[in-house]
Amino acid sequence: MVGVLVLLALALVTLSYRESNGGPVTSAQNAGAEALRPFEVAATRVARPFRDAYSWFDGLFQARSDAKKLRAENEQLRQLVLQHEFAANEVKQLKALLAYREGPTFPNDYNPIAASVISRPAGAFAQAIVVSAGSADGVELNAPVVTGAGLIGLVTRVTSHASRVTLLTDESSAVSALDAKTDAAGVVGLGPGVGATLELDRVSKDKDVRVGDTIVTAGWRSTKLSSLYPKGIPIGTVTSVGQSDTDLYKQVQVQPFADFSSIDAVIVLVRKATGR
Amino acid sequence: MIARATATRSRGLRALGDVLRVALLILVAAIVQVSIFATITILGGTPDILLVTLVCLALLRGSIVGAIAGFAGGLIVDVATLGTLGVTALLLTVAGYWAGRYGETTGRDRARAVPLAVAVITILVAVGGLALHAMLGDPVSAHRALLTTLLPTVPLNLLLAWPVNRLCGIIARPPAPPERASEVQVLV
Repeated sequence: MVGVLVLLALALVTLSYRESNGGPVTSAQNAGAEALRPFEVAATRVARPFRDAYSWFDGLFQARSDAKKLRAENEQLRQLVLQHEFAANEVKQLKALLAYREGPTFPNDYNPIAASVISRPAGAFAQAIVVSAGSADGVELNAPVVTGAGLIGLVTRVTSHASRVTLLTDESSAVSALDAKTDAAGVVGLGPGVGATLELDRVSKDKDVRVGDTIVTAGWRSTKLSSLYPKGIPIGTVTSVGQSDTDLYKQVQVQPFADFSSIDAVIVLVRKATGR
Repeated sequence: MIARATATRSRGLRALGDVLRVALLILVAAIVQVSIFATITILGGTPDILLVTLVCLALLRGSIVGAIAGFAGGLIVDVATLGTLGVTALLLTVAGYWAGRYGETTGRDRARAVPLAVAVITILVAVGGLALHAMLGDPVSAHRALLTTLLPTVPLNLLLAWPVNRLCGIIARPPAPPERASEVQVLV
């Protein structure tokens, strides 16, 4: 019996394989398929709700899996974009530093020590940054610190491999400065305004200071004493000038060249005579 | 005489009903397989309810019924899918016969006969199908047939084995043997 069935199956295989489309076996098969079609359609219709439910759950799980993957990918890409933005910003600042280092305003009697910012002000009461260069690199106390844009502050504490820089926006900072155009001298410190606005104080009323003038460090020198800052480092531009009859001095507001909110790299200036 | 004829007729009707139940089971299993289960892909595998039904039926009813059911079920699949006629019929004939023989001999009354037979026959049918299609010159991938598809199909068929076996036990239970005489009345 089984042998007969096997032989029959083999015969069917042979006939079906060898026969052309219009042959009797193929025709019989086609007729059988037609006869079975209603049953198949009925089975498919009965199963459709279940299959749809399965597809829905399958799609849901697939979508959740895809969403998870895409979220992770999005996070990675976002981090990559941030890294690129950070790198581009860093490159821009380093280029500015290099331009300043090789520019005509760089003081000749100072050595530049490049450093990156490793810590930033914790709040409004601590206008200081910590840079990655210390006494081992040649940094000294009271060394002026600049960026490519201009002066930003003074080294107020030195360790072997890091230094604290008190920014010009700190209450305690005061820099003797002058108007590069008119030589009107004064002292730059934190201004009364909101944010990182500076003020050029102690400017006599008879001195000529105009909006748009550039304020630079004075860099004075006497027989025994000299200013902590070399002469001619840009600080900012004059944004407003005012005076009243009751005040002894002009009120000169200065917008600093340096952006104190985004300092990533700095140059610490060390005197050649005392520096390494 | 009349009573004997009535009993013979009754037995014939029972046998016909039994054949119809088995045939209907295989027909439904084949149609469900080609219409529903063939479209389900879980982890790359496709459950084969016809094969599982055939194995359960063959274990229950023996090799001859297994072979005939395999041939019929395979033929329905070949017809419905418009494939090469006889390929599935041949594979399932051998599978049904083997499962039936296993049920008649070493697999008799074994608790794990059904899952063991389902797993082994699923693998053998896949290997046999691959060989047969390769002999016919059909483009087949051994990696796909024996690894990608077969590995998940075996556990899927095993999952189907228990409920299908219960169903076969209800629908295609073998007919009870004729009652033997328990006493002899001596007529004087």
